[in-house]
Amino acid sequence: MVENNQEIIKMEKIYKSFPGVQALENVDFCLKQGEIHALVGENGAGKSTLIKVMTGVERHDSGHIFFEGEEITIRSPQHAQIVGISTVYQEVNLCDYLTVAENLLLGREPHNHFGIDWKAMNERAKHILADLGIHIDVTRPLGYFSTAIQQITAIARALEITSAKVLILDEPTSSLDIHETEQIFRVMKKLKNDGVGIIFITHFIDQIYEISDQITILRNGKLVGSYETNNLPRLSLISKMIGRNLSDYDDMKATKLETAKNIDKEPFFVANSLGLQDAITPFDLTLHAGEVVGFAGLLGSGRTEIARLLFGIDQPDQGTVTFDHTKIKEFSPIASIERGVGLCPEDRKREGIAGDLTIRENIILAIQARMGWFKYISLQKQYELANHYIKLLNISTPSPDQPVKNLSGGNQQKVILARWLATNPRLLILDEPTRGIDVGAKAEIQKLVLLLAEEGKSIIFISSELEEVLRTSHRIVVLRDKKKIIEFTEEVSEQKIMQSIAGGD
Amino acid sequence: MKNNTPLVKRFRQSQLFWPLIALSLLLIVDAIFAPNFFKIGIVQGHLYGNLIDVVNNAAPLMLVAIGMTLVIATAGVDLSVGAVIAISAAMGTVLINPALGNELITNDILAANATNTPLWLVVVANLAAGTLCGVWNGFLVSRGKIQPMVATLILMVAGRGIAQLITNGQIMTVYYKPYWWFGNGFILGLPVSMYIVAIVFVLAWLLIRKTSIGLFIEIVGTNSRAAYYSGISEKNVKLIAYTFCGFCSAVAGLILSSYIHGCDANNIGLLYELDAILAVVIGGTLMSGGRFSLLASVIGALIIWTFTITMYTFGVPANALLAGRAVLVLIVILLYSDYSRRLINRLIERKGQTHGATN
Repeated sequence: MVENNQEIIKMEKIYKSFPGVQALENVDFCLKQGEIHALVGENGAGKSTLIKVMTGVERHDSGHIFFEGEEITIRSPQHAQIVGISTVYQEVNLCDYLTVAENLLLGREPHNHFGIDWKAMNERAKHILADLGIHIDVTRPLGYFSTAIQQITAIARALEITSAKVLILDEPTSSLDIHETEQIFRVMKKLKNDGVGIIFITHFIDQIYEISDQITILRNGKLVGSYETNNLPRLSLISKMIGRNLSDYDDMKATKLETAKNIDKEPFFVANSLGLQDAITPFDLTLHAGEVVGFAGLLGSGRTEIARLLFGIDQPDQGTVTFDHTKIKEFSPIASIERGVGLCPEDRKREGIAGDLTIRENIILAIQARMGWFKYISLQKQYELANHYIKLLNISTPSPDQPVKNLSGGNQQKVILARWLATNPRLLILDEPTRGIDVGAKAEIQKLVLLLAEEGKSIIFISSELEEVLRTSHRIVVLRDKKKIIEFTEEVSEQKIMQSIAGGD
Repeated sequence: MKNNTPLVKRFRQSQLFWPLIALSLLLIVDAIFAPNFFKIGIVQGHLYGNLIDVVNNAAPLMLVAIGMTLVIATAGVDLSVGAVIAISAAMGTVLINPALGNELITNDILAANATNTPLWLVVVANLAAGTLCGVWNGFLVSRGKIQPMVATLILMVAGRGIAQLITNGQIMTVYYKPYWWFGNGFILGLPVSMYIVAIVFVLAWLLIRKTSIGLFIEIVGTNSRAAYYSGISEKNVKLIAYTFCGFCSAVAGLILSSYIHGCDANNIGLLYELDAILAVVIGGTLMSGGRFSLLASVIGALIIWTFTITMYTFGVPANALLAGRAVLVLIVILLYSDYSRRLINRLIERKGQTHGATN
């Protein structure tokens, strides 16, 4: 057993600036052996820049890096790996169609006289994963397995390449559900016991408290502080991250109660035993103007499937929908938008934004689509619209002509919201609108949701974070295993919803 | 509110910057080694010279490049443009020719009016044939969901066969003088083909700037899922792009067949698909779709022909031309690589900085 308090990597007085931005200013960081160190901060706080400096992607302007007590200069990502610093990124960079074993050992396959010794390779891969407590058939293609297994394969590969002493995990759990997250955590704990120092970047506050030993907080490129997890209460963590108090959240409760009074009695949207084979068991759902309906449930519980059905991306194979007392015949995004329905999709990057295009173009997209081909909105009107929503939603950007891909996650989400708000929708479906965005922006979006309800819009709010669903929703629908389980109309406790999500009666 | 970046910087970031640099480099080479290149004379009231040759020769390619730009911007490609040129040219010329090309007409008076069909009908048939080909491609790609390269490959292979069916396997020769005008005529001293390019360019420009089609094409090319989720009919956007590309190829077919007074279904517009793609790429529109610039593609076509005419001026034999063109492609691609762009940008910036220091 290794001694667990030796410093592996120590960074002192790191400065790094990009044109126009001081990305890091006098930041210290220290990682010990066998430590799980959470690196937290809002988007743009400097987390990724710090990681990039540590892994040789970027060179710091000044400051010192010590590795196991000796000062070093990390010249490149390859050099970082040779030294013993491995990184696993949020998106798995492996090949879906190769087997797990091939993915693990690509480039270091064991050989015999005839070339690759497949048997030995599979044995070795199996052994490596078994070491991490994962027992799977390594000869299956990687794409066959869950994202968690893919993440773990990526971690195992990172560890295989060098005997890594530092492992950096950049949001490994952002697209995983509770069980999958646990799998990753088990692996992390195992590595911790082996003396590996782990830097864990995440937006999930719960997970920080569940697994980390030490927390380092960055804000606007500066170090706020480094704390032992046990000595830092949640509330002070969050207020240190966003640099302001959370009393905002208390206001929301009042707003919510206030807006509850304005909900229409009569539903404008009624779904009757709507369903689609293999996607969602038939369900009933009514929606009222001015109401926020929260969908709670695990990843894959059917939340997104309902959203897709209601917006017309998938066509139901049974059941009916009446909208304003008229039965809907055509299910398609175009028809939905015509009716005044909007959807902020779960996968912001792939389904939401057009990254290379400007904020202005992204905002006017849906309204232009509804107006058709020949009524092109004049440039002046486009700028008016864009500037209006940039101001309204507090999108931080120097100009509406910025490509959307240059914005942070939270601001991208706001752009998509703006796209729908511009169409003045009656029903807005928000599928994980706050995923992967920082705490401050989260609060803003939640407040906005209530504001929209106050204006008389109907909102479906889907989120993995129960707390957030509770905070914003007037009514909560719980889903499990592609089935609508129960609907809570009264105030309920988190506990009670958890129970229905978990099931087991 | 509006973009406040200085004009010079905005120009440097615009898509036109690199193609213009490449064109200027070519012209500088010409200016040094072949000063005659820029000489423009007047013969019979028409402007005459290498530059006019470049423009006149590049006209069909510029047209096809305009259409190809829209297709490539939707993240597609149209390999059939050369074949569509052949089909539309065949369609036009076969209607003119009274004897389906089987007879030689020697009488001048007869030749001047040697047509079966009024001119307007010839032109309409030509354009309709090409546009229809575009519709076919558009349907295969958007409704049939066939990959663009494969879908247009079908017409690329079949097209010249269809053109030969139309002409009954004959090489068409046109004696009908009014038809020659499109490729050889002059208006106010400038070739007619230039005016045709200008008209089609303005048409395309109106299509993309005065309707929302330009925006929709860019969105579909950047992220077709996001387009679908935003209520844009991605299928119709693609259909329009391919149809317009077919139309542009048809106009190119009109000019080309008029230029050579006939149509050889096997050779007319040969390899135009590759030159057009090259022109678009030189223009800086990415093959992966998204942002595009029509003007940049037109400049790309001009670069290709400036280079070709330059080679002729230097006396490079026609059969070595393709090799020369390969060198051009290589240079352009190297010039466009991220590395050299960064290098050049840095040079320019450093210059700017020292300027600032000395001031």
